[in-house]
Amino acid sequence: MSSEGGHSWARAFRYTFVRDLRLRIRHGSEWGSPLIFFALIVTLFPLATTPDRTVLVTFAPGILWVAALLAVLLSLDALFREDHDDGTLEQMLLSPVPAWLLVLAKMCAHWVMAGLPLALMSPVLGLMLALPSSVFWVTALSLALGSATLILIGAIGAALTVGVRRGGLLLALMILPLYIPVLIFGAGVVRLALDGVDVTPYLAILGAMFAAALALSPWASAAALRLAHSG
Amino acid sequence: MWQWIHKWASPKHFYRVSTRGAPWLWGLALILLPVGALWGLAFAPADYQQHDSFRIIYVHVPSAMLAESCFALMAVCAVVFLVWKIKLADIVAKVAAPFGASMTFAALFSGAVWGIPTWGTWWVWDARLTSMLILLFLYFGIIALRYAFAREHSGGRAAAVLSLVGVVNLPIIKYSVEWWNTLHQTASFSLTKAPSMPESMWVPLLLMMLGAYALFGAVVLSRTRNEILRREHRARWVRALITDTCDKEH
Amino acid sequence: MACGPYWTFVVKCRARERRARRDDPARDNERQVGLRVQLEGRQLGCERDERWLFQALEFSIEDGDLCRVEGPNGSGKTSLIKMLTGQLEPSEGAVLWQGKPLPKARAAFHGALVYSGHLSGVKEALTPLENLSWYQAIGIDDDARSVAACWQALDAVGLKGFEDIPVAQLSAGQRRRVGLARLHLLNRPLWILDEPFTAIDREGVAALEHLVAEHCHKGGAAIVTTHHAFSSVAFTRRIGLDGHGGHHVL
Repeated sequence: MSSEGGHSWARAFRYTFVRDLRLRIRHGSEWGSPLIFFALIVTLFPLATTPDRTVLVTFAPGILWVAALLAVLLSLDALFREDHDDGTLEQMLLSPVPAWLLVLAKMCAHWVMAGLPLALMSPVLGLMLALPSSVFWVTALSLALGSATLILIGAIGAALTVGVRRGGLLLALMILPLYIPVLIFGAGVVRLALDGVDVTPYLAILGAMFAAALALSPWASAAALRLAHSG
Repeated sequence: MWQWIHKWASPKHFYRVSTRGAPWLWGLALILLPVGALWGLAFAPADYQQHDSFRIIYVHVPSAMLAESCFALMAVCAVVFLVWKIKLADIVAKVAAPFGASMTFAALFSGAVWGIPTWGTWWVWDARLTSMLILLFLYFGIIALRYAFAREHSGGRAAAVLSLVGVVNLPIIKYSVEWWNTLHQTASFSLTKAPSMPESMWVPLLLMMLGAYALFGAVVLSRTRNEILRREHRARWVRALITDTCDKEH
Repeated sequence: MACGPYWTFVVKCRARERRARRDDPARDNERQVGLRVQLEGRQLGCERDERWLFQALEFSIEDGDLCRVEGPNGSGKTSLIKMLTGQLEPSEGAVLWQGKPLPKARAAFHGALVYSGHLSGVKEALTPLENLSWYQAIGIDDDARSVAACWQALDAVGLKGFEDIPVAQLSAGQRRRVGLARLHLLNRPLWILDEPFTAIDREGVAALEHLVAEHCHKGGAAIVTTHHAFSSVAFTRRIGLDGHGGHHVL
C-alpha cells in the first residue's frame, strides 16, 4: 500500500506541476511580465545614477539582485490567488494527497516560469551593467538558487494573503524583511566573484537557506492556506 | 489541569482576576521609571569617555530590550493561539504589537540621537541598528496583516503565523546582517563596551529596565482588558458589568 | 482568456491522439462503493463573530442516507458544510469519520469524499478533459490510469463533443457540469454538494437528481444543501438551521 501510495503521490505531484506550467504558458503575458519587469528595473538604475562603467560595475550585483527580488515578489501574488478564486485550491485541500505536496508542485512550476528565466536572463543584463563575463555563471547560479529560496519564503506570505483583496502591497510589506538574508548572501556571491575571491562559502550558505526553506515552507504554506481558507 | 488552564484563560475569568493586578503594575511602573530616570539622568556620574551623552543608555537599553521581549511574547502567544486556540493569547498578541513597534522605534531614535556625539552622524549601517530597523519592519508587517482581514479571527491567525515565521527568521537576519557588516569594514566603530560599570551607573539602569517591564506589563494588561470588553460586548457578563457600574454611580 | 487559436489547435491534435487510444476496456458500469460511510456530528457548534449560528448539533450519516441541510440565508449552512468537509474547524464539538475525529482521519476521509461547493473548481484555460485528468491524479483514484474514465464521465454529464474546448469558451451551465463530472469520475461513497443545482437547466437538474438518488440507492451517501425538492426520491435525513442558534434534526 505504501509503495502504491508513493506512486500516486508522485503522480499527483507531476500532474499539478504540469497543470501549472500549462496554465502559465497559455496565459502568455503572465510569465513574460516578471522578466520584462526585471529588465526594466535594471534599466532604471544607470539612468538614475551614472552610465560610467567603472561605477556601474560596483553596483551591478546589488542592482541585479534587487531587481530579481522585486520581480519574484511581484509574481508571487498570483501564486495561489487564481486557484483560490476558481475553487481549485479548495479542491486541493480536500484531496487525499497531502496539501504540502501539491503546494510544492505549484512552487516548482512557479520557479520554472518565474525564477529560472531571471537567472538565464541575468548575463544579458550583466553585460549592460558592465559585469565581466567571467562572473556570468556565478551570477546565474546565485540567482537560480536564490530565486527558489525567495519563492519558497514568499509562498508563505502569498498563502496568508490569499483571501485578502489587493494583497500585493501587503505581501511586500510582510515578506521583504524576511528576504534580507537571501539578498545579502546572494548579492555577496556576485560581489566576491567580482573581487576574485572563492565564492563557495557564500554559495554554501545560500544553499543552506534554500534547504531550510525547502524543509519548512511547503508545510507552513499549506498550513497557512488552510487557515486562510477556513476564515 | 487542562480545564483549569482553559478556565483561567477564558476572557471573563481573566478580566475578573486581572482587575486587581493592573493598578499594582501601573503603580510599580510609575515609581520605578521616574526614580530610575532621575537617578540616571541627574545623579549618576558621567562617563569618562562619552561624558553626559552616555545617559541615553537609560532610555536606549530598556526600549531595545522591550522591543525584543515583545516580539518573543508575540511568538509565544502565536503558538498558544494556534495550537490550543486560546483567544486570550490572540488578544495579548494584538495589543502587544503596537507597543513593541513603538519601543523598537524608541530604541532606533535614541540610538540615532546617541550616534551624533559618538559617531558624528545620525545613522550608521551598524549591524545592531540595521537589525533593529528590520525588526521594526517586521512589526509593521504583522500589524498590517492583522488589519487586512475583515474578520478578526482570520486576521489574528494570519498574524500569528507571520510572527512565528518572523521569529524563526530573526536569528538568521541578525546573523546575516552581522556578517554583512563585518564584510564592509566601514562601520567598524561600534559602541566600546564600558569596562565594568560602577554601581552608581548600573543600579539606575536596572531600575529603568524593571520599570520598563512593569510599564510593558501594565500597558498590555490594561489594553487586553479593554480589548476583552470590546470583543465580548455582546456577552451577558459584560452587560451585567456595565449595568453594575452605572448603578453604583447613580 | 488568452487562449489563442494556436493552443486550441494543439489541444485538439492531442485530443485526437487520445481518442485513438480510447478503446480501453470499458469501465465497469456498476459503481462499487467499497468504503462504509459513517459521518457523525457530536455537539457541533459554530461561532461567527461572537454569535452562535448553531450549537449542540448531533447527527449521523450512514450508507444510503440522503441528507438535506436547510435554513435561511446566513443560518450557517455553508459553515456546517465546511465543517463536515474538514475545511473549517468546529468552534465546539467534533466531526467524526468512522469513529475518528476529522483531523486524525483526514486522508482517509478525503479519499472517500467528493465535494462540490459554490466555486466550480474548474480551470478556465484548460479543457474539460485536462481538468478531469488533474482531478483524477490528485484524487488518487483506483482506476486513475485510464483516460477512458474521463471521457465517460464527460459523456455522462452531456459534454460529449466539448472535451477539447477550453472551459472558458463553454457556457456557465456547461462549466458547472464539468465540475459535476467529478461525481462520475471519482469512485467515492460520500458526496457533499453545496447548492449543486445553480445554473443548471431543467434536464441537467433531473439528471443530477437521478444520479444522487442512484448513488444513495447503491449504498453511497449524499449531503445536499438546496432549496430544490427532489421529485424522485425522499430525503432520509434533514438538518434544519433556523438562523437564531437553533436547529432540528430529523
